[in-house]
Amino acid sequence: MVMKTKEKLIVKGKRLDGRKPDELREIEMKVGVIPNANGSAQVRFGNTVAIAGVYGPRIAHPRHLQKHDRAILKCRYNMAPFSVEDRARPGPSRRSKEITKVTRLALEPALFLKDYPKTAIEIYIEILQADGSTRVTGINAASLALADAGVPMKDLVVALSGGKIDDTLILDLCGKEDNYSEADIPCALMPRRKEITLLQMDGRLMPEEVKTIIKNVLKAGEEVYKKQKEALKEKYGK
Amino acid sequence: MEETREIVIPGEILGDAKENKSSHGTYVEDGEIISKFLGISKKKGDYLSVIPLSGVYVPRREDRVIGFITSVEKVGWVVDINSPWEAFLSLSEAVDEFVDLKKVNITRYFDVGDVIYAQVVDTRRGDIQLSMNTPIARKLRNGVTVKITPSKVPRLIGKEGSMINSIKEKTNTIIRVGQNGVVWISGEKIEKAIKAVKMIDEKSHIFGLTDEISKLLSD
Repeated sequence: MVMKTKEKLIVKGKRLDGRKPDELREIEMKVGVIPNANGSAQVRFGNTVAIAGVYGPRIAHPRHLQKHDRAILKCRYNMAPFSVEDRARPGPSRRSKEITKVTRLALEPALFLKDYPKTAIEIYIEILQADGSTRVTGINAASLALADAGVPMKDLVVALSGGKIDDTLILDLCGKEDNYSEADIPCALMPRRKEITLLQMDGRLMPEEVKTIIKNVLKAGEEVYKKQKEALKEKYGK
Repeated sequence: MEETREIVIPGEILGDAKENKSSHGTYVEDGEIISKFLGISKKKGDYLSVIPLSGVYVPRREDRVIGFITSVEKVGWVVDINSPWEAFLSLSEAVDEFVDLKKVNITRYFDVGDVIYAQVVDTRRGDIQLSMNTPIARKLRNGVTVKITPSKVPRLIGKEGSMINSIKEKTNTIIRVGQNGVVWISGEKIEKAIKAVKMIDEKSHIFGLTDEISKLLSD
């Protein structure tokens, strides 16, 4: 996207919201926010807020979708109409369908789906407030909700975005940075073995820069992982 | 058997696979035992296990469960056992006598809405068979049912039934607990018993729960 103004996004090594290039926004995570769901979580990265609910494992309907040897994962990413400045048109769009799919693919490797044949695990991710990096916030919320629902998992899934603005490599893009960045990379990973389950890129980068961003994301992912861990333990009063 | 109430998260390393053995709720990868669930880690001998704090009931053979009849078929009943899969109770497993299907409507034995206490005999997943051919199996009448998290059933029962027996005694009730997390209560002080059962469900991971329950019961 072309920059409309010649406004600098990084001034004296500080970003628009006063962060250093590799600093994350304020992170807040809460588990068990939807009593009706089997598991749920709300995650906030600065001004981006996502809430996720997990239902199941329960019998998959319609029946032809059932897999006789494993559970299926149903996923939905949706932006609330009031989540952005001008109203987001309700209902699935090209963008939300794509994000739904990549979210599902990012979470699937972390689950033991074979333990629950013929069933479906349903994940609903709702973006309440959007200010950049919504898909990674959604994945973080979904990961916590799955753990809260008691779904067997290999590992939690930690997600974080990286990018490049004003020739500087940064982490955790906010809305404005997202719009005017030279490139952005949303990334999801399983922290214990550092396996990457989601990697997308929008924009142009040199191969070395991609490598550096991935390295930075892996490192900063530890911080997000720690927050997830705390949020889960906090639900049970620790 | 000393219980430790340490909360672990999925993907947390519990120990070396050479020195310990992997049990419930864990898996082995790269020679290490790793938790599958958000739960309480437990060590018994050299077996490491994790008891999940939430989740659905996965039926296993020999489990005694409480189920609700949801529909009547030609030669049996479909039973909801609080699990992702439906269970089936066939006529031959339910009734001892000869039944002439031409003359008899099988709803005289069980009808929709009845609550039964039965045993799981087969669990090829998605095709769960129940049986009432055990002395303990019966139809449960005149009681209320409460649902708790299935993984917390052992906590509700306590060591050799200590917890459940104290609730029974203090509230003068009859209680049946299904492995599937359904608790059936009948008797005098039902409300107090329900309160105690729900408290155990909520606070199962806390030390000193036994004292709290006895305090609640003696009030």
